[in-house]
Amino acid sequence: MIIPKLALKNILGAGLRTWLNAFVLSLSFVLIIFSQGLLEGMNTQAEEAMIAAEIGGGHYQHAAYDPYDPLSLADAHGALPAPLAVMVSAGKAAPVLVIQGTIYPQGRLIAVQVKGIDPDQTVLNLPTAFLSAAQAGDEIPVLIGERMAALSGLKRGDTVTLQWRDARGTFDARDTVVVQVMKTSVQSIDRGQIWVPLERLREMTGMPGEATFVVLAQGAVRPADSAAGGWRFSGQDDFLADIRAMVESKSVGSSVFYAILLALAMLAIFDTQVLAIFHRRREMGTLMALGFTRGKVIALFTLEGMLNGVLAALVAAVYGIPLLSWVARTGWALPGDTDSYGFAIGERLFPSYSLGLVTGTTLLVLLTTTVVSFLPTRRIARLKPTDALRGRMT
Amino acid sequence: MTETPLIVTKDLTKTYPMGLHTIAALDSVSLSFDKGEFAGLVGPSGSGKTTLLNIIGSLDTPTAGSAVVMGQRIEALTHKEAARLRNRHVGFIFQTFNLLPVYTVYENVEFALLLLGLPPAERRRKVLAALEWVHLADRAKSRPAQLSGGESQRVAIARAIVKEPDIILADEPTANLDAQNSHNILRTMARLNGELGTTFIFATHDFKVMQYLRRTVTLIDGRVDTDQQTDGRPGTSGAGEQP
Ligand SMILES: Nc1ncnc2c1ncn2[C@@H]1O[C@H](COP(=O)(O)OP(=O)(O)O)[C@@H](O)[C@H]1O
Ligand SMILES: [Mg+2]
Repeated sequence: MIIPKLALKNILGAGLRTWLNAFVLSLSFVLIIFSQGLLEGMNTQAEEAMIAAEIGGGHYQHAAYDPYDPLSLADAHGALPAPLAVMVSAGKAAPVLVIQGTIYPQGRLIAVQVKGIDPDQTVLNLPTAFLSAAQAGDEIPVLIGERMAALSGLKRGDTVTLQWRDARGTFDARDTVVVQVMKTSVQSIDRGQIWVPLERLREMTGMPGEATFVVLAQGAVRPADSAAGGWRFSGQDDFLADIRAMVESKSVGSSVFYAILLALAMLAIFDTQVLAIFHRRREMGTLMALGFTRGKVIALFTLEGMLNGVLAALVAAVYGIPLLSWVARTGWALPGDTDSYGFAIGERLFPSYSLGLVTGTTLLVLLTTTVVSFLPTRRIARLKPTDALRGRMT
Repeated sequence: MTETPLIVTKDLTKTYPMGLHTIAALDSVSLSFDKGEFAGLVGPSGSGKTTLLNIIGSLDTPTAGSAVVMGQRIEALTHKEAARLRNRHVGFIFQTFNLLPVYTVYENVEFALLLLGLPPAERRRKVLAALEWVHLADRAKSRPAQLSGGESQRVAIARAIVKEPDIILADEPTANLDAQNSHNILRTMARLNGELGTTFIFATHDFKVMQYLRRTVTLIDGRVDTDQQTDGRPGTSGAGEQP
């Protein structure tokens, strides 16, 4: 029991040097937890945003619909299977009809997906209500996202010509008016798309009562597959698989960051240990003269190094907990264009620090500190007491 | 009544490789020391004094020959056994004091007892007694950096005697002290030797120390040159023993 006491006494007795060391180490502690927490928060936020604005409780898709093949849209529409129609009228699902179209803003040509949705739906968190206000007029009201607005140069109130093919394949064109530009973090409901009232789109295309997919409300009970009339169900996990894979690939980058931070911290400890062992040769010789075995001296020095890690964890807790929880509350403003992240994140990120992240990081740092503290002490094992007392290192 | 000697060396030899040659720090040294001696190894620098002291103290091992200390053959001890011998039976005093800087005077002295597993109350009694011996009870809470050289060496003496070892080995204990402090600590050690019967062996080339020795072994080039009884009574020079 005396070795731990001595180790503690030694590192506290070293005063400023110890605290400086602990502070530097605590920085990597806090940075690792912060960056990982940011990533976790980014992930959760992105998933939540996508679920709210796009996925809902999952989609029932027309058998011919292939989300990765726009050409499939020509055939991917049909009347709703009965159980889905029941859910729609109960407000537990929202049908969406999708067709290919072209808009001509200022004489340019842009291919778009035209998505018809019920302006009164409450299944998705989209400002579809804007579509109902102007529904009576002759021009078709359209809702677009910010990215689409930027791409096309369209603003709220602008009129633009939309061309499409109806159910029989005949081209038709009509003027539309942008009733709202919505701000959304979810790119997949924005880029290359325009939203129009569902009934108008059904009229325009001659596809009454039809849809391409039906979005279920979150938590709504799915009908049995046999009753779905050949429509395919894609659950939340199916949608999120893509972005999860993307996050995975982002976290490779962040793991490198993590590893570098950890390596820096370890280097600091290693260095301190090597220096300490070099400077304290005579002290080791004295301990040996007093009857300490080499094993005890090694244990003492290893423990001292390890306690540096513990102390760093404490220091990190002192300023890290208030700092990180403050960031978690107020969020972290992302610099620059958040779209370059490739998935739905807002301009403010709210990091989330899971218990696993914090304890995992702490354990990892403590473990590595111990190993790194131990490595240099192996030199002590080769040290002759007489050389140590002379202040020599062999 | 003939007791077996406390320390016996027989043809003790220690060589160090030196390029293609070897140099002999000790060359066939055969000596014995009895309990209660107040002896010194003297001789010019490089004559092997420290080497001999270190082997007797089991900090070092001989290249050839043997050293038997308290009935244990130094050359045959494992690291652990050697550490145990030092811990129980040998106190060291160094030229450079070698106090541990982060510990107080009290703790430095206590350090020697830590591995002995004594109950705290007994440990405390022994530490205070040792500090009394060297007249430093009032500096118990000081740190080594706050002490003079003489005081530091007295702490080192307290640390060496606190466990009541059989042997105290003092390597040039006065080399960093002025004359008055030198006499001071020598008187302290002579007093300890007289009252507790602790065996002292010095390594020194300081004339002040030699005056106190009752036996003087002169080493030259690692060999015993002379081995004489001396009177151990210094002249009246130097101040009386005071802290
Ligand atoms: N570790 C060592 N390596 C090489 N030579 C050594 C070593 N230790 C002592 N010596 C040599 O052994 C001889 C005796 O040294 P030492 O016992 O320290 O002498 P003293 O204490 O009498 O001055 C010297 O020549 C010294 O250079
Ligand atoms: Mg010497």
